[in-house]
Amino acid sequence: MDTSIRDKYQAIIGLEVHAQLLTESKAYSSDSTEYGMLPNSNLSVITLAHPGTLPRVNKSVVEMALKMGLATNCDITRYNLYARKNYFYPDLPKGYQITQDKTPICTLGYINIKDAEGNDKRIGITRIHMEEDAGKSMHLPGETETLVDYNRAGVPLIEIVSEPDIRDSVEAYNYLMEIKRLVKYLDICDGNMEEGSLRCDANISVMLKDAPLWGTKVEVKNMNSFRNVQRAIEHEIERQIMVVENGGKVEGETRNFDANTGSTTAMRSKETLNDYRYFPEPDLPPLIIHQEWLDGIKAAMPSLPQELYKRFVEVYGLPEYDAAVLTDAKEIALYFEELCKHTTNYKAASNWMMGQVKSYLNELQLHIRDFPLQPEQIAGIIALVDENKVSHSVAAKQVFPYLLEHPELNAQQVAEQQNLLQQSDSGELTQIVQAVLQENPAKVEEYKAGKQSLVGMFMGEIMKKTKGKADPKVANQLLREGLNA
Amino acid sequence: MSTDIQTIRKIAHLARLEFNEEKEQEMLQELNKILNWMDQLRALDTEQVEPLIHMSEEVNVLRDDVARNTTTHEEALLNAPRKDSDYFRVPKVME
Repeated sequence: MDTSIRDKYQAIIGLEVHAQLLTESKAYSSDSTEYGMLPNSNLSVITLAHPGTLPRVNKSVVEMALKMGLATNCDITRYNLYARKNYFYPDLPKGYQITQDKTPICTLGYINIKDAEGNDKRIGITRIHMEEDAGKSMHLPGETETLVDYNRAGVPLIEIVSEPDIRDSVEAYNYLMEIKRLVKYLDICDGNMEEGSLRCDANISVMLKDAPLWGTKVEVKNMNSFRNVQRAIEHEIERQIMVVENGGKVEGETRNFDANTGSTTAMRSKETLNDYRYFPEPDLPPLIIHQEWLDGIKAAMPSLPQELYKRFVEVYGLPEYDAAVLTDAKEIALYFEELCKHTTNYKAASNWMMGQVKSYLNELQLHIRDFPLQPEQIAGIIALVDENKVSHSVAAKQVFPYLLEHPELNAQQVAEQQNLLQQSDSGELTQIVQAVLQENPAKVEEYKAGKQSLVGMFMGEIMKKTKGKADPKVANQLLREGLNA
Repeated sequence: MSTDIQTIRKIAHLARLEFNEEKEQEMLQELNKILNWMDQLRALDTEQVEPLIHMSEEVNVLRDDVARNTTTHEEALLNAPRKDSDYFRVPKVME
């Protein structure tokens, strides 16, 4: 789209994110939430809505919702009611979903993200409420009936609704990534969009810049990856602009994103939308969040990515880039934190994490929890380099790989056993330097005639003779003395 | 207060129920009877009365997060009108 047209318009975006909670059992009954079981095996009479059954709230669901509320700076609702959202569809046998309507457990929070220019931006959180997932319907080609699996019915979700504070697809992407980071740090959801444990719907409208009223909003569904959310929003903004540019009116409707075509198509119009007829759920008594309970949860909150980011920059003096990379995944950040307890060379620690450690993990497709070395061992390697006992190159190419194969050793032991300790004993080195100079009389003359670059060649020879163990600083010093003698 | 035939049809649609014309009229009369009774209740001043949602005073009835499947696969499918060895089968639904 021509930027002169595009630039006339402002998009207004709000996101609704569903996060499937990492509980053992369902939201209102004890059946297992384990993924990948045989169809219709994680069940109870409650999930199947047999008459006379009563739901009962899973305490962990409440606590996970509270954690997310605290992490997103929300107000906590002290007196909670559950509500029935009525709809008749075979994926939920009760004919209603138990959710929250008028008393969402968390309200009016915010998270901080980066905007498209990399500046800080605050996105408001309207509400977070608890609810349950539906079963899975399968419409197989050639089948005259729909197949239903209720293993997922009743699995707990939280829905996180943002304020319409998002202005473009980059902000939407960054917001969603931050939500993912938070749920993973809190250990309440695995944050996997491709597998559907994190789902996102976007409400999008466009208006002429400085228009007094917002445009009609369109809801876009079925974006099953972080990139697809960005693509879908890009496409939808341009589609709406074209409608307006061509003198039309944007219809208030729900549209489906098709990842293959990168475009959206109409699903249903708002007028024919279900009327959910919410009313308070009489089967579940009120839920009261008392101060003591909330204090306990606050005290058990882990460090959050933005706190760690701040600490890495301000206390450890790391560049913002390093801090961002290291805090992207919780386990990496915590490993780094531990590493920093054993070394004060924080920048070197960061370089090892982002360099050798990450490459090793990537190469073997390992998670950091399966990394064979303890933070102390990495700190040991850093100390060897800092004390000039081995060069960085020997540390990276020899000590580190050997240690990985012999994780029962420490770095000092590896350097000793493998005879890698640098020779900084100038007596022995002086002899080697002299030998190199005597073997290359022509080069020495050239150097003396002004070819300074030959120092590199001489250093190379010294390293060859010492198998890379010469302390480069001492060797360089001795070499210059020898050449200038 | 009374309702009309359009509302009856809308409610029936939302509940996926179908009535013939005679039954529709019957439902209309039944519902209007209930609404009339509600009108009598509305004569009372309830300004200072909280809505009653629950019949007991209990709060925070919670369950620890322990997984236990209380119904087997076979039991679950036992009463299903249409099923196969794995799934419940329902009339084809597409949104």
